[in-house]
Amino acid sequence: MTPRHHVADDLLVDYAAGSLAEGWSLAVATHLSLCPECRARFAAAEAAGGQLFETLPPEPVADGSWAAVRSQLGRAESAAAPPKVAILPKPLRDYVGGDIDAIKWKVLGTAGAQLRLKTGDRQTQVRLLKIPAGQPVPEHGHRGRELTVVLSGAFRDGETLFERGDIEDADAEIEHIPTATPEADCICLAVTDAPLRFRSLLIRALQPILGI
Amino acid sequence: MDEAPPELEMSQLLTKIGRTRDVNDFELLFRHFAPRVKAYMARTSSPGAAEELMQETMVTVWNKAVMYDPGKGAAATWIFAIARNLRIDAYRREKHPEFDENDPAFQPAPARAADTVLEAEQSARTVRTALATLSGEQAEVLRLAFFEDKSQSAIAVALNLPLGTVKSRMRLAFTKLRAVLGEGGAE
Repeated sequence: MTPRHHVADDLLVDYAAGSLAEGWSLAVATHLSLCPECRARFAAAEAAGGQLFETLPPEPVADGSWAAVRSQLGRAESAAAPPKVAILPKPLRDYVGGDIDAIKWKVLGTAGAQLRLKTGDRQTQVRLLKIPAGQPVPEHGHRGRELTVVLSGAFRDGETLFERGDIEDADAEIEHIPTATPEADCICLAVTDAPLRFRSLLIRALQPILGI
Repeated sequence: MDEAPPELEMSQLLTKIGRTRDVNDFELLFRHFAPRVKAYMARTSSPGAAEELMQETMVTVWNKAVMYDPGKGAAATWIFAIARNLRIDAYRREKHPEFDENDPAFQPAPARAADTVLEAEQSARTVRTALATLSGEQAEVLRLAFFEDKSQSAIAVALNLPLGTVKSRMRLAFTKLRAVLGEGGAE
């Protein structure tokens, strides 16, 4: 079965162009691994990039450029052999350092667990979440955009069902409480705008009181 | 300079390089693409850094040539993706996470006809035709997105336009491209 909830055009084009921050890009790449339909859209966007690139006014290379490149040519690199089975798509395995059973969960409150994933960007916060069967997502509250990709199990948000590969794209205006379906725990990738960081200790201390 | 982009020749050449590892063939590919890679890098880097990143890109193209699959796209698209990823790494110290078709977790597309070099050339031509139908405004936002490392919100700031306007121009541009390429036709 292929996903029914797809990635938005703006994310797809920015991802193809390479201007999308790493955290968002990880959510897009994870969805693309599981969604042939969006891969076809992505291929169109990347092909457009290739054509624009082809028509860039050429910039003369330095003298000796070819000689320098020639002297650095290495051996043929082929792709590393993939594992036999996997639940997490490759882009995520690279961040986790293994498949789903390699995730070192940190328990959240009374139920649920998370693992933060580190990226090179400072705009996003990237986490793997485990929502216990039948429970709402723990510690939910975000400002700005949030992308959630289901990896295992399923969740419902209102009337809408999200299953493996589906991506939910929510902004701050949407009041929502994703709840895992009763059959199984739901594991998903959640990417949000990084929380605002205030330099002043005073403001930081007041943050919970001011509610900012 | 070469006027019409010789996609077919370049895609065939790159496929051949992957197979035979012929340095003379690679020099032809280098003469065509190196100045374009350098122009791309120069959009976000000093001339010295652009030259260095171009060389790194072309060495990577040689090392990975065996992985190029002409059925998946033109040589220009494949080389653009390598250049893009190196630029992200150099310019922002970030990675570009990518899917892998040999991944056991991968959800494959329904079966399709055999891949051919001709197909890559045709799809490149189709994309070029589609790009030619874009309005100046639509082409501008696409160019800023692809070359200036600008997200759609950054483009809105640069052009002094509301984000919604940039998004709708991008959406229109993308819809035209998709209509020409056809849903599922590029995969």
